[in-house]
Amino acid sequence: MNALDFDFAGERLTARGTGALWWAARRCLVVADLHLGKAERFARKGRAQLPPYEIADTLARLLGEIKELGPEIVVALGDSFDDDAARDALSAAERAELADLVGGRRWVWIAGNHDPGGSDPGGETVESCEETVESCELGRIVFRHIATPCGVGEVSGHYHPKLGLGLGGKRVSRRCFVTNGARLILPAFGTFTGGLDCTAPPIRAVMGDQARAILTGPHPCMVPVPRLARA
Amino acid sequence: MTALPPPFADWFATRGWTVHPHQQEMLERAHEPATLMIAPTGGGKTLAGFLPTLIELAEGRHDGLHTLYVSPLKALAADIRRNLTTPVTEMGLPIRIEDRTGDSSATTRRRQRADPPHILLTTPESLALLISYEDAPRIFAGLQRIVVDEIHALAESKRGDQLMLALSRLQAMVPGLRRVGLSATVEDPAAIAAFLARHPDPCGILFADPGPDPDIAMLETDAAPPWAGGGGRYAVPAVLDQVARHRTTLIFHNTRAQAELFFHEVWLQNEGALPIGIHHGALSREQRTRVEAAMVAGQLRAIVCTGSLDLGIDWGDVDLVIQIGAPKNVKRLVQRIGRANHRYNAPSKALLVPANRFEVVECLAALEAVKARDLDGEPRGPGPRDVLCQHILIRAASGPFRADDLFAEVTSAGSYASLGRADFDACLDFVATGGYALRRYDQWQRLMQVDGLWRLRDPRGTQRIRQNIGTIMDTDLVKVRLKNRRGGMPLGEVEEGFAATLSPGDTFLIGGEIVRYENLREMVVEVTRRPEKPPRIATFMGTKFATSTQLSQRILEMFRQDDWPELPPATRDWLRLQRARSRLPQADRLLVESFPFGGRAFTCVYGFAGRNAMQTLGLLVTARMEAEGLDPLGFVATDYATLIWGLRALEDPAPLFSGPDLRAGFETWLAGNAVMKRTFKQVAVISGLIDRQTRGQRKSGRQAAFSADILYDTLRKYDPDHLLLEITRQEALRGLVDFGRIEEMLARVSGRIDHVRCDRPTPLAAPLFLEAGRVPVEGAGTERLLATEAQRLMDAAGLEIDPAEAGRRWRAPF
Repeated sequence: MNALDFDFAGERLTARGTGALWWAARRCLVVADLHLGKAERFARKGRAQLPPYEIADTLARLLGEIKELGPEIVVALGDSFDDDAARDALSAAERAELADLVGGRRWVWIAGNHDPGGSDPGGETVESCEETVESCELGRIVFRHIATPCGVGEVSGHYHPKLGLGLGGKRVSRRCFVTNGARLILPAFGTFTGGLDCTAPPIRAVMGDQARAILTGPHPCMVPVPRLARA
Repeated sequence: MTALPPPFADWFATRGWTVHPHQQEMLERAHEPATLMIAPTGGGKTLAGFLPTLIELAEGRHDGLHTLYVSPLKALAADIRRNLTTPVTEMGLPIRIEDRTGDSSATTRRRQRADPPHILLTTPESLALLISYEDAPRIFAGLQRIVVDEIHALAESKRGDQLMLALSRLQAMVPGLRRVGLSATVEDPAAIAAFLARHPDPCGILFADPGPDPDIAMLETDAAPPWAGGGGRYAVPAVLDQVARHRTTLIFHNTRAQAELFFHEVWLQNEGALPIGIHHGALSREQRTRVEAAMVAGQLRAIVCTGSLDLGIDWGDVDLVIQIGAPKNVKRLVQRIGRANHRYNAPSKALLVPANRFEVVECLAALEAVKARDLDGEPRGPGPRDVLCQHILIRAASGPFRADDLFAEVTSAGSYASLGRADFDACLDFVATGGYALRRYDQWQRLMQVDGLWRLRDPRGTQRIRQNIGTIMDTDLVKVRLKNRRGGMPLGEVEEGFAATLSPGDTFLIGGEIVRYENLREMVVEVTRRPEKPPRIATFMGTKFATSTQLSQRILEMFRQDDWPELPPATRDWLRLQRARSRLPQADRLLVESFPFGGRAFTCVYGFAGRNAMQTLGLLVTARMEAEGLDPLGFVATDYATLIWGLRALEDPAPLFSGPDLRAGFETWLAGNAVMKRTFKQVAVISGLIDRQTRGQRKSGRQAAFSADILYDTLRKYDPDHLLLEITRQEALRGLVDFGRIEEMLARVSGRIDHVRCDRPTPLAAPLFLEAGRVPVEGAGTERLLATEAQRLMDAAGLEIDPAEAGRRWRAPF
């Protein structure tokens, strides 16, 4: 799997092509917005019956990252479940799979706006080293769900940033990391998650005009976030 | 013979009219369950369709809805209302006529449901909405006749399938309903008749006098057509000369972008200041209405247009039709020619303008086909199942139903007559449960079966169903408007993909004006007028039609001649030279040429399978070449040939065109193809898996919930046999991928391949070097492009790629 190293808040971080963030010095893996159970919530609300394979796919990709990197800490930046009811609707097999992932390492669930009730998936197999918090600090880096306008060394999720580039008539749109040096927003890791273009006002409001994006995909690369003239 | 009742006979007499034979014939057949009338434009076709209705209603004894009229265009419904109102008023008949479309007000629509008029004029989508209401049986009680106008056009798309499913529902409510279809000239009237009638009812076909043969020829120009291109710009002076010599001219183009470019050129060369307008589907309604009004008022001498004027709104006094670019399809050409002279029994006058030298041959072939009255067309496939899924939802919205009843109903629609019960059940299961191998939603089913009746689990679901009715896809367009303080004038629409490639300062053409892209605001492209700048071309969505099989065959036939005295000298010499240097393509053989040029090895394949299939062939063959180490770099496809370039010369073409290998390669390639994803998105919306995105939702700028591409990838990975993937595959085969025509080509040449090696480009291959739309063969091409672009952007922004980037390392080789 390919990745791009960059400096943030005095630390060397790695933007993974998968959309996960790896902090090698702390052996810490960070993922944002898993939105587990989104398909179930859509069906429950009568909105759509999406292919019910999204939990399996998201967990399989997360497992791939964990296997490859062997993290000691995993931080999930909130909206790990699409809502609190979706968490309760996990099948027994999915619970067991999640418990396997969580087991044997420190696992921090940050509470998000979709899952304010915390993300404890329950079940007896889950080890006690997991916790649900509003925010979490490791050294100079603070993890939270939604970026604050003047946070420093802040890593968050929530916005599902993506960026489209025109490549000589061909349009490529990818999920991306966005950073302005003080704040870093991760792309959504969940399979059924849409994106918000990182030129959109909500992201611009926290990132300012000098932001850079790191596009995910087979070969992550860094680009300045275009400054579209927006009225 | 059925005589006209007195008020009608008097009305005809005071106007000095006699009843046309086809109008009389329609009266005779008024009580048959289904009748198809084939008639050229003009000639009182609409009156023929409505005459039985007017007579039946004249005595004022009918209560409620009597006749439903359905047309593909809202504008046509309004037009017909005006045209019908004239005789009804003049004869003083007690008949209420109203139209009902997406443009009608909520008040009107509510009133129409409570108290329907005698004659309701509507569109397939509005009708589908009507039958989704619980009180549909009351609204349609007493319905006697349905008139489907321009049925040939509806039959070409899913809108027609949706309409026929709606008719099956109506017929179940009012079994005595009689159907009438009005059609332009088509190649297979029996197929349209089967499409119209309730299966297996018979459907009589009535032919109006087609009128005299059209006066049609190729436009003579001083300049010879260019070698390549499709704009016909060289012909502007000759076209302007023709416009000056006629009252009103329609100038048809095959694509919107070509219409824009041509109009721009006309505007530059229009020294006589002739009033000329432009009309195409991407222009704003305001713009189009203005042009239409000017046309009706006789203020315009010509309109540059596209297929948006193909359908028969009767306006103006058109006496000449000019077709720029080869017509690609003889039937459409004949229908377009019919637009000239909307007067019965006057010959239509038309001129063809080949856009390049090859099209000279194609135009000549088309002229001969028109003279021989030899029309073309693809047979209609079976009714699409995504439309059926939507129909099941519509049925559920109107109330509980039995599966057996609904199956019997839908199979009474001609295009679903061969639908198997298992296929129907699969659609029902999809609508009810999602149809996934992993049956996860038992608790949250959309439809539930209670006491043998299927019903919505949540009755509030009806609103979502109604909002998503329809099979037209227009969500990928963004509006363009002039930038000013008060909102600005709307100019039209461009593809979202095109808008995304624009940067502030870029110029493009829309509505014949050069505009400068300023910004994108709430999904509206804001522009300013910049007449002085040269434009970039707007890549409008306008469909690129492929040359029909039948027209391709005629061209190949012409190639067999010893000489071509009927062709202009430049084209004739060109074909002679090709025969001397290489050979001319033949119908039962596949010509493959190899030659070096500019340090590259070129291969030209003359498949004559139409643009879409030749494009697909290019993708498949280059994949094979890549596997064989021939290092292909790219290709370009036209309707007749694919030109491939690479690093190594082709030694033996035979293995590249083996049917089984091509088919196997096709399966693999198809899976990850962008065309498939686009097709899937449409199927997913029509079948009701995902919601149609309204402009309002996109405007709000909220993040999209998820993308259809992700659903496609997920299904492919975890549920490859899912119904929607099956439907998607079936659609792609027929549409843009058009593998069917590759199969047809393989069958026709059955292994007879002629490989000609030359030391330079051959005459027939030469124009391909000038074709736009080259396709690079990508291995890791996109990633390389992306890395290069990222570096360029960082440089341009004066930013450094992260220092560690200098020693950029990929963690894994690729």
